[in-house]
Amino acid sequence: MIRRETLSRDVQVILMHVALLAYTALAIFPVLLVIINSFKARQAIFRNPYALPTAETFSLVGYDTVALRGNFPNYFVNSLIVTLGALILIFLAGSMASFALSEYKFRGNALLGLYLSIGIMIPIRLGTVSLLRMMVDLGLTNNLFGLILVYTAQGLPLAIFVLSSFLQEVPHDLKDAARVDGASEYRVYWLVLPLVRPALATIMVFNMIPIWNDLWFPLILAPAEQVKTVTLGAQSFLGQFLSDWNAILSSLTLAMVPIVVLYIIFSRQLIRGLTAGSVKL
Amino acid sequence: MTTPKKAFPTHIIVFLAPAVIIYTIFMIYPLVDSLRLSLYAPTPDNPRVEAFVGLANYQKLLTDPLWAPRLQGAIRNNFVFFIVHMLVQNPIGLLLATLLTSKVVRFRTIFRTLIFTPTILSFVLVGFIWQIILNPLWGIAGDILGLVGLDAEPWLGLESAALPVMSLISVWQFIGIPMMLFSAALLNLPDEIIEAARVDGATAWGVFWRVKFPLILPTVGIVGVLTFVGNFNAFDLVYTIAGGLAGPNFSTDLLGTFFYRTFFGFQLQAGNPTMGATIAGVMFLIILAGVVIYLFGWQRRIARVEY
Repeated sequence: MIRRETLSRDVQVILMHVALLAYTALAIFPVLLVIINSFKARQAIFRNPYALPTAETFSLVGYDTVALRGNFPNYFVNSLIVTLGALILIFLAGSMASFALSEYKFRGNALLGLYLSIGIMIPIRLGTVSLLRMMVDLGLTNNLFGLILVYTAQGLPLAIFVLSSFLQEVPHDLKDAARVDGASEYRVYWLVLPLVRPALATIMVFNMIPIWNDLWFPLILAPAEQVKTVTLGAQSFLGQFLSDWNAILSSLTLAMVPIVVLYIIFSRQLIRGLTAGSVKL
Repeated sequence: MTTPKKAFPTHIIVFLAPAVIIYTIFMIYPLVDSLRLSLYAPTPDNPRVEAFVGLANYQKLLTDPLWAPRLQGAIRNNFVFFIVHMLVQNPIGLLLATLLTSKVVRFRTIFRTLIFTPTILSFVLVGFIWQIILNPLWGIAGDILGLVGLDAEPWLGLESAALPVMSLISVWQFIGIPMMLFSAALLNLPDEIIEAARVDGATAWGVFWRVKFPLILPTVGIVGVLTFVGNFNAFDLVYTIAGGLAGPNFSTDLLGTFFYRTFFGFQLQAGNPTMGATIAGVMFLIILAGVVIYLFGWQRRIARVEY
């Protein structure tokens, strides 16, 4: 009896691993296929798509096309500026506002908190018609700073929500001790800030990927060649090379590999941040 | 009107100002102004001047033979898109989360990291990756389906199949989100409760449905509402695969692509900002309805359990 039970338990455990392996294959097989074939000559891509490149089939012809015709280094710099700029602004403005909301009792505190949380659920895209008109008036179209401001507005509501719940856990004694020592409120904020570092990871996770990957606002607010982000750049570049498989595969790989490498390096922090943040939701 | 006895402390204003100003100017004002624009239309004599027309734009969108079929099509497609996510993405996400939080499974971190990979890629990359994988010219889809005795078809070009296939591509990409949210919720359950159920002789199946699932209901609601808002705001994947016209024959048209096409124009049709704002207004109402149903129909009834 007992033996049969352990046997069925073993079968169960094996089945669990098989299911996970199968899904993992489905998740990464398309990605691997693109990367592998980007290093092959055109004929080998079609004749033997599943083989790794060999000495005979190895070719960088796709990468040559991309280097010649694409502007990827420039797109990367643009995406980096926009993503980092927005993250810094979200964290600074968000932490200041959350500090005020969680630290002080003032008239309209709860109402302001509610006002700032509308944006968690209502997508900023719905205001695009007016946003574009306003950006034209402000001269912020085809301008990386314009994109930074829009993404900051988009990221602030959730950042304030998450930061407030982290800030509420900072013990009062600490802040009061600083105040007794004559620290100004600005100084108290600055002292508290390092204590919410776990929230920083959460904010990065929730904002970095959507901003880096966004197509909508670059397409509408900043479509000019010199301010294109990687996502828009890849989109318009790929559209021109629909029949050049080498160019498609290598530009996909180029656009994918940096973010995948970063993800693998930081996946532990990323997943921890996501977990910490989602528990607060 | 009562005047505050003390002046409002300066440092509070300084702390709040940057966030409130950026958020108000770049988020709230455009949303409100866009709703206002949906009540305006260009005047016939001078298209540059917009005049107040009340709800005429909404009426046109709902009844005009040029607009109504497109709106109905986009809403219907959007619901199909959403239902595929609810029926495929979220249950599989929950299953994966259950497996990945089980103590008997080895290499959990590696599995989780790999399965989450598609979620970090942009729609643009995902769209092109699947376009070439499903391209009959390359034959990858045919080879794989051949293993189970099926034939591949150029699904993204078939009117009947394009929308479900596109929904499944989106599911493939986003499964990481419900997986992570459910994992976090499951890891947060106290061991004692599960141990107690197990000591009482419950099977793994019983423990899951009678103990774990009821305790993660708040997360089920959050995943549901996030899926709803995300789906009714979707645009990028369809635009990448099928372009602004959301072909074949509008079969993959979602509210997001309909909005973009109307507002920005396509091919020979010029852009129409006020009708675009009207479509955004309809999207706003649909999303608002979903959020209100979640907040009052679901969250209010589910008591949050504090351990």
